[in-house]
Amino acid sequence: MSSAAAVEALNKTPYRYGFVTNIETEKISKGLDESVVRLISSKKQEPDFMRQFRLKAYAQWQTMAEPDWAALRYPAIDYQDIVYYSAPRQKEQKASLEEVDPALLETFDKLGIPLSEQKRLSNVAVDAVFDSVSIATTYKQKLAEHGVVFCSMGEAIKDHPELVERYLGSVVPIGDNFFAALNSAVFSDGSFVYIPKGVQCPMELSTYFRINSDDAGQFERTLIIAEERASVSYLEGCTAPMFDTNQLHAAVVELVALDDASIKYSTVQNWYAGDENGKGGIYNFVTKRGLCKGRRSRISWTQVETGSAITWKYPGCVLRGRDSVGEFYSVALTNHHQQADTGAKMVHIGPGSRSTVISKGISSGHSANSYRGLVHMGPQARGARNFSQCDSMLIGDQAAANTHPYIQSRQPEATVEHEASTCNISEDQLFYLQSRGIEPEAAVSMLVSGFCRDVFNQLPMEFAAEADKLLALKLEGSVG
Amino acid sequence: MLLSIENLHACVEENEILRGVSLQIRAGEIHALMGRNGSGKSTLSKVIAGHPAYTVTAGGIHYRGQDLLALSPEDRARSGVFLGFQYPVEIPGVSNLEFLRVSCNARRQRRGQEELDTFAFEDHVRETMAIVQMDPAFLERSVNEGFSGGEKKRNEILQMALLEPLVAILDETDSGLDIDALRIVANGVRRLALPTTATLLITHYQRLLDAITPDFVHVMAEGRILRTGDKDLAMALEQRGYDWIDETNGSDTRQP
Ligand SMILES: Nc1ncnc2c1ncn2[C@@H]1O[C@H](COP(=O)(O)OP(=O)(O)O)[C@@H](O)[C@H]1O
Ligand SMILES: [Mg+2]
Repeated sequence: MSSAAAVEALNKTPYRYGFVTNIETEKISKGLDESVVRLISSKKQEPDFMRQFRLKAYAQWQTMAEPDWAALRYPAIDYQDIVYYSAPRQKEQKASLEEVDPALLETFDKLGIPLSEQKRLSNVAVDAVFDSVSIATTYKQKLAEHGVVFCSMGEAIKDHPELVERYLGSVVPIGDNFFAALNSAVFSDGSFVYIPKGVQCPMELSTYFRINSDDAGQFERTLIIAEERASVSYLEGCTAPMFDTNQLHAAVVELVALDDASIKYSTVQNWYAGDENGKGGIYNFVTKRGLCKGRRSRISWTQVETGSAITWKYPGCVLRGRDSVGEFYSVALTNHHQQADTGAKMVHIGPGSRSTVISKGISSGHSANSYRGLVHMGPQARGARNFSQCDSMLIGDQAAANTHPYIQSRQPEATVEHEASTCNISEDQLFYLQSRGIEPEAAVSMLVSGFCRDVFNQLPMEFAAEADKLLALKLEGSVG
Repeated sequence: MLLSIENLHACVEENEILRGVSLQIRAGEIHALMGRNGSGKSTLSKVIAGHPAYTVTAGGIHYRGQDLLALSPEDRARSGVFLGFQYPVEIPGVSNLEFLRVSCNARRQRRGQEELDTFAFEDHVRETMAIVQMDPAFLERSVNEGFSGGEKKRNEILQMALLEPLVAILDETDSGLDIDALRIVANGVRRLALPTTATLLITHYQRLLDAITPDFVHVMAEGRILRTGDKDLAMALEQRGYDWIDETNGSDTRQP
């Protein structure tokens, strides 16, 4: 079979996570105005600084326009047709997991993220977020023994207001962009991590985001702070049911690394992508940014993006500390009618700062996959270096891939290197594998994961195999 | 009859490359296929293996009485047809070990053998590598990536040894090998040549045929088998060159 012909018969990729949990939720009515922002804040019993934060953000958002520069096409989003607060109805303070609604525990079980004591993933602490509300965090006690705080954003606002007030919005200012402003006004929950001075977080931390509702927007907020010489590895996973409507997801993630601290942030994004005709799926507009505040601090983004109907996402590092290091390793796979416009932003401020960008885009079906990246060398960034490599792989002849690198340098002694390549799955490679008894689908996914190897090698061990399987699953039906 | 090729015509786009190839191969036989560059030897081997670039326009191939052309390439491989490529491709990022394991298990499954898990397979592949004197370090590398010409050919023989084919076609596996590598390859081929299997060696050189005595030697020209003989034909060719065949063109096309 020729690889071109092979792709003809694009058919239904089964999405394993498409079920809906029947659970009673507390929802406010659709629409957004200042009173809704106040209502969210009061429902969460927030201190005054949070209410002000939200109101300021809302005021800013109203003056902003949705960005239109990305290579994405979708019908206009009606922001008044979205529910901005939806939470599973359960007891206010859950003292233990036993009090969590069994339907929720069962949901996470089905997603392969067991939360109960006996079945937990070993050495991975999980914060489970259901429709933007944290329902449980595992291994809290064990982490606390090391001084590590890992909890929902809601709890952090109550228990560590000084940290939240100091850092929230310090990396992604409330008016950073349209979606960040919206998130700042209405965010519901998310994860909070604090690693004290000199502490290497003893286990992998992970947040699992689950969208369940078909009309509620999803606005999580994540904040991770690593003090001097602290280090942490964090992973987020995401799934959603199959609806034939679109759900808006606009999250903000902020990371702060002080002197000699390191944060590794990995994402395996598998939001529902819509069906093979492009109906339904998540609109994913996400702002993720890390501030390498301290000297020799290091922030690394690794992402495997396979889901969402629309992906608009540019994780970045602001390399303020002298000799700080930023990294971005990305695999973005699009199939059917998915569209992704994603890439990295590396902003070099400190002298001697270094960054690496490795991006692998795979487009199959009728999908479109753009890399859009920025490398900025500020006037102080003497001796700073960036290396970017963007490789695209096309499967079939209906898919599109583009690379848009933006390079700005105000420092002559900084170096920026950019390499880009585009390839097709080669007929000879496919035939070689087939002639060894390997079926075309397995062969294609072998070739694709080979293409992504450099990035997979960056994922935490526990998840690398998972990512491989996920890609294989996503490519199912991409060859006939 | 293990493999029976009857009046096979095949083309790429509009160009006819195979123009009526007939060849009968029985279990236990070793055949050598010779002929000038461009005469269609590799094309024949790839058509047998099922390469999608070639369209069969007439004739057919039967393998153990079955219509081979009706099978997908992976099915042909699973049922015991093996092609050692003249130019094995490099597959960046795909671990050789994993590739060999998946491939070997696909064949084992067809033969009703249990699949080997990572550990069992590693033991198995290491033993097999000893036969082709290949360093186990090659398991950690990407498939053929950065392998020298000789290393790629050894990797092909390793695959053949793991897959235990019934019909093995080796397309110039001996080209570009030094004396030691040639001996290793020849040993590998000899070990795997059983009364139940057959081998088709595509080669330009007598030195391989000194190590592995063929039962039949065929000479191909312009998409046809012009001449068939025994090992003496290969020897005569070595001395007199392909021009000599052209001069005595077609006088002896009997089939074994
Ligand atoms: N995929 C192809 N596309 C176009 N021409 C081809 C292709 N494969 C083989 N040919 C042509 O067919 C002829 C036979 O090639 P080949 O089978 O490789 O010969 P040999 O192996 O005997 O050297 C040559 O003229 C070659 O250029
Ligand atoms: Mg050839």
